[in-house]
Amino acid sequence: MRREIVTSLLAVIVFTILLGVVYPLVITGVGQVAFPGNANGQKVYVDGRLVGSKIIGQSFTRPVLETNGKPKEEEGELVTEPDPRYFQSRPSATEGGAYNAAASTFSNRGPNDKATEEADAEQAKEYLALNGPYDPGLTVAEIPVDAVNTSASNLDPEISPANASIQAHRIAAKRQLPLNVVDGLIGRYTDGRGLGFSGEPGVNVLELNLALDRLTGGAR
Amino acid sequence: MTVAGWLTIAIFALLLTALAIPLGSYLAKVYTGQRVFLSPLLGGPERLLYRLMRVDAGREQDWKSYAKSLLLFSLAGWLLLYLILRTQDAFFVPHALNPLGYHSAPWNVTFNTVSSFVTNTNWQYYSGETTMSYFSQMAGLTVQNWLSAGVGIVVAVALVRAIVSRSGKGIGNFWKDIVRTVLYVLGPISVIGAIVLLSQGVIQNFGSYLTAHTLTGATQSIAMGPVASQEAIKLLGTNGGGFFNVNSAHPFENPNGFTNFFEMLLVLIVPAALVFMYGRMTGNRRQGYAIYGTMMVMFLGAVVVAYVAEAHGSPAQHAAGLHTHAIAGSAGGNMEGKEQRFGIAGSALFDVVTTVTSCGAVNSALESFTGIGGAVPFANLSASEVIFGGVGTGLYSILLYVLLAVFIGGLMVGRTPEWLGKKLEAREIKLAGLGILVTPLAALLATALATATSGGRASISALGKGPQGFSESFYAYLSQSNNNGSAFAGYTGLIQPNAGNVGAHGVTFADLLGGFVMLFARFGPIVFALAVAGALAGKRVTPAGLGTMRTDNPTFAVLLIGVIVLVGALTFFPALLLGPVVQGLTGHLY
Repeated sequence: MRREIVTSLLAVIVFTILLGVVYPLVITGVGQVAFPGNANGQKVYVDGRLVGSKIIGQSFTRPVLETNGKPKEEEGELVTEPDPRYFQSRPSATEGGAYNAAASTFSNRGPNDKATEEADAEQAKEYLALNGPYDPGLTVAEIPVDAVNTSASNLDPEISPANASIQAHRIAAKRQLPLNVVDGLIGRYTDGRGLGFSGEPGVNVLELNLALDRLTGGAR
Repeated sequence: MTVAGWLTIAIFALLLTALAIPLGSYLAKVYTGQRVFLSPLLGGPERLLYRLMRVDAGREQDWKSYAKSLLLFSLAGWLLLYLILRTQDAFFVPHALNPLGYHSAPWNVTFNTVSSFVTNTNWQYYSGETTMSYFSQMAGLTVQNWLSAGVGIVVAVALVRAIVSRSGKGIGNFWKDIVRTVLYVLGPISVIGAIVLLSQGVIQNFGSYLTAHTLTGATQSIAMGPVASQEAIKLLGTNGGGFFNVNSAHPFENPNGFTNFFEMLLVLIVPAALVFMYGRMTGNRRQGYAIYGTMMVMFLGAVVVAYVAEAHGSPAQHAAGLHTHAIAGSAGGNMEGKEQRFGIAGSALFDVVTTVTSCGAVNSALESFTGIGGAVPFANLSASEVIFGGVGTGLYSILLYVLLAVFIGGLMVGRTPEWLGKKLEAREIKLAGLGILVTPLAALLATALATATSGGRASISALGKGPQGFSESFYAYLSQSNNNGSAFAGYTGLIQPNAGNVGAHGVTFADLLGGFVMLFARFGPIVFALAVAGALAGKRVTPAGLGTMRTDNPTFAVLLIGVIVLVGALTFFPALLLGPVVQGLTGHLY
């Protein structure tokens, strides 16, 4: 019995060193040498400034200004609205503001929950208000579900191609670009299915918006 | 639904089978002490580990001795993990290992977390990136991802050895089995898995959280950490505890459609291979095929139901006027709580893969699944981990059901039941029956307690929202008793107002009840499975006669499915009706 107790303690300690220290450090070494970009989060820089991670979604919203030109606040929080010059990511409900990548969280909206319906309806209304003026005839029934439903991580870096092509009308008008140029960019930043069958194609919103900025020399 | 979606499911099933058959042969060699291609490389380290741990690897143990070693090893692991988690901000911990200076989680949450990781459950009341230091994640939680998986595997191996043994009471040596499992099985696959994940964009670093300045002038803080090393073993060991709060839905844990597919293979490869190993070790591979067929039929049934239900969309979406059918450029469906890159099929399949096993990783929000889509994980858990199941756990659990099925078959034809030449007697059947009953007992009693008391209801987020609140509670205890760890994540046991556990406190009732449920439902069945092994070891083998019921053909697979479904349905149907079934049958919003 005593020998078994000693072996148990020794085994746990030896395994902790092997599996809890050596193994992660070896993998870290491999990652930092062979895949440094990936291992450090695929950081995206613009003019030396870190603007985000390629594979973490972010908001493209701007502060709402009061009539006196100051940013509007409600209960100490900045009020924001979608910046119409940028493609908009999926709705996000992380705590501490949308797309808080320091605290990923599920929205946990139930399928039979009245609050889910209200959130969906509200989101659809906002989407229509934002895109309807540039895409006449757009109705709630035509809005792709990903534009209304929150994602699992609430950090989804992608939107569906259908969602992007609706927003393309607005982007083309706001940035004075031909629609086919915007559609071409969408095609370029659409990631296909894994191995050709796994998952759904998605448009990387950050990459697409960066390409737009490069094309038009910033957000104008 | 899309063609690509159905194709994903079909290719997954085929590829899994194609990979599991050779791995099964490899496992059979590893556990019968034969040389394998890795022996020249790993023989030295193996002997070194025996010396360091002071193990006499040649000593055969009977079931009681084997169980004692296993329980002591798990207890030692429990104590060390509790110590690591409770001292993550102590003065002797270097800054680099806790760059954000996170405090430890409260004692009650830690009790739950430690019990959860030692039992291969990985139920998480905490959120990784706001609770755990890098050191706690890698030297604490990751280590148990390996060891709890190993414990499950060795129990299955010991049971199979006993079934085929011809003489003696020995069922192997626990220490030798666990060392060989880590070195020869989990080690190589995990290292390869982690490198593949790295190549696709899973992160692995010890940096501080990033601060990005977004295109529209806002700031975004981005969590970092040593993720790839933990991700690989979390899936391979069917543990499921995510580095980040949202688990495999997080882009840093699961960056694209390919990794999603790869991660699902990692989850099922060992449980599937163990079934083929069983066939090999009995000397009749068809024994393995019969059980594999049983598992695969139930697995595919669950996948089809989940996919169809989720592609249909939810009542909330329809009430809001959304159209959920597929259109050009969007596959439609219930995208609430699902990632674009995985789509409906990739989410539904992942959901089934991780709830039939004890993995419990999620790549989508189970709480947001439709009633019927959400009933699928419920049904999977109700089958008590026999549809592939956790690593090892799945095989020893279904073998207990095989025993029961042989017994029932024997009663039907009026002969003494025989299994692989061994007569089954009262002792084995009693032990198997008890082993099967532990999990449902724990699940239902805990759910009843948690819904009937105000202490239990304090954890429910959908309180007053009709059946969803009951579903949350039921799922919580069903998941913990099955050592699964997936959650309807609204159910809470940790109130954490700020990152880093400042001002955090646990919900003692849910934390402790869940912790005890996990320990009881993990080690109870293990002890019964080992006791069955003890009863079968060394039993005299008589050659099969004309009247012997065969256990290696489709007829037996049908009987086995019948027994599993009957036991699961009789035990869980009333409770299932109160939650997910009601939700699935109504379009009503609460």
